Amino acid sequence: MAKHETPLLDQLESGPWPSFVTDIKRQAEKKPECWDILGILELSFKERITHWKHGGIVGVFGYGGGIVGRYADVPERFPGVEHFHTIRVAQPSSKYYTSKNLRQLMNLWEKHGSGMTNFHGSTGDVILLGTRTENLEPFFWDLTHEMGQDLGGSGSNLRTPACCLGTSRCEWACYDTQEACHSLTMHYQDEIHRPAFPYKFKFKFSGCPNDCVAAIARSDVAVIGTWKDDIRIDQAAVKGYMANEFPANGGAFIGREWDAFDIQKEVIDLCPTNCMWMEDGELKIDDAECTRCMHCINVMPRALRPGAQGGASICVGAKAPILDGAQFATLILPFIPVTKDNDFEELIEFIESIWDWWMEIGKNRERVGETMQRVGLPTFLRAVGVEALPQHVKYPRENPYVFWNEEEVEGGFERDVQEFRARHAA
Amino acid sequence: MPTLEHNGSSFQVDEDGFLLTGMEEFNEDWIEYVSSVEGIEELTDEHRKVIDSLQEYYKKNGIAPMVRILSKTTGFPLKRIYELFPSGPGKGACKMAGLPKPTGCV
Ligand code: HEM
Ligand code: HEM
Ligand code: SF4
Ligand code: SF4
Repeated sequence: MAKHETPLLDQLESGPWPSFVTDIKRQAEKKPECWDILGILELSFKERITHWKHGGIVGVFGYGGGIVGRYADVPERFPGVEHFHTIRVAQPSSKYYTSKNLRQLMNLWEKHGSGMTNFHGSTGDVILLGTRTENLEPFFWDLTHEMGQDLGGSGSNLRTPACCLGTSRCEWACYDTQEACHSLTMHYQDEIHRPAFPYKFKFKFSGCPNDCVAAIARSDVAVIGTWKDDIRIDQAAVKGYMANEFPANGGAFIGREWDAFDIQKEVIDLCPTNCMWMEDGELKIDDAECTRCMHCINVMPRALRPGAQGGASICVGAKAPILDGAQFATLILPFIPVTKDNDFEELIEFIESIWDWWMEIGKNRERVGETMQRVGLPTFLRAVGVEALPQHVKYPRENPYVFWNEEEVEGGFERDVQEFRARHAA
Repeated sequence: MPTLEHNGSSFQVDEDGFLLTGMEEFNEDWIEYVSSVEGIEELTDEHRKVIDSLQEYYKKNGIAPMVRILSKTTGFPLKRIYELFPSGPGKGACKMAGLPKPTGCV
């Protein structure tokens, strides 16, 4: 496979940011089919249209997903990307690697594919970009037999779960996100590999409301860490911040023209619930009014810590715009324990109550967030066995179209118009 | 598009081996051919039941059934469907039944 002229792409080799064009060219020295990646991309830049055909159904025996098939619509010009299937490989929780594992994976990928990757797909998977149909089973064999690794999810199934790095190196993690993510991934291998749902379904695990894995926006079930008891305050460290011994926000704003740290202005006045104050030189928090927004903790990490009774809030239904509009996840369980001690029993029970219901009632290609919109939050809550709480809404409804169940209305819905006419002539 | 020969029948297929004209071209030779590429050793009445059920649903509704509905109409849990069709209901059974290629965010 020959090099192609790529005047437009060549412009993307200048500038300080690592250039994907330079990287692909480097890989092309070893794998000549990569010249065709650049060739077909250059053509798309020129013509401003994609040159991949619609869809593609390929896979490995036993699984209904994991591989995204793709074919060039100009294979004669770019035979190196005639088949350009993408393989999703399950990634370790929080994406910690050894160089040994990565080298092994890259050796396999150079043997069976283009050597090009995406580290990582938005959902979390290691994405191996570009191979031919006949290489899929041999690659899968080597991946499972030599490396003990598996494919990720695709299709109308449970997609690959992902988590923030949690307790591995963050002092704010309210539960072990990695353990939860790994355990549930293993628990639900069947649901990941063999599509059985009305549509796709995702889990994501964040250790606290900073939500570094963006669970609230990108997962059907978002497990977001929080705490029940009081914020832990180290008054000596608070004084340290006030005396400018420690930089605010771990030094995140060093280098900008801000005045010296002012605890009143930067913490107390910014608390969304106004539940903080100074008293006799000590910082006080009315924890009953605290919404656990993380702001004060983020500003003074040495002085303030989340409480000791960790758990998580569960929010359900986030999705991208198609079909009926984008949604963030909505709060369903304000607090549940998330622990390995009982194998994440509460979480698993809740997830399965959603699936039991959604698999029956969800329409074809309807995300659970859309099903919730269609039936309404009260119906959803009944379906998953959750008592309605004030915390379930940001504010109460403003329209008066309130539905009552017949048994809630005295006398029921069966009425006789003659009886009414006896009291009220037409 | 490639043309495929099997036992004297010829079929127009796309890159993924789905029948281009769908059920019109579907016949016994097609079933036999798909068995050979989709890892099916012996074709049983259970395979036929899945195929019939898919075709019937498609003729009536113009779409492939959801997995859940296929399980209900055939009485086979998903696990059994994978035992029958190792590539699963989409790539395996729909291909054999001559249904159009599954689309969307696959
Ligand atoms: C209406 C059609 C589609 C919609 C609404 C859709 C939507 C999405 C969404 C919401 C994500 C997840 C993003 C995230 O997790 O942050 C995603 C990921 C992805 N989609 Fe689609 N998609 C569609 C079609 C397709 C098609 C046709 C393909 C390929 C041929 C495709 C390939 C991918 C890939 C490769 C990813 C990344 C997966 C990963 O990183 O794990 N999508 N899509
Ligand atoms: C027996 C038949 C119906 C009755 C007794 C009825 C009665 C009413 C009443 C009492 C109102 C409130 C008027 C107000 O704001 O003071 C209303 C509003 C309205 N009705 Fe009907 N209606 C009937 C059928 C329909 C039908 C068939 C349609 C449309 C297909 C319709 C569309 C509307 C609309 C759009 C409003 C305005 C709603 C609003 O802006 O709040 N109605 N109707
Ligand atoms: S989400 Fe919270 S616990 Fe997880 S890494 Fe981010 S700040 Fe730390
Ligand atoms: S976590 Fe947020 S709501 Fe709670 S005290 Fe701190 S700033 Fe206020």
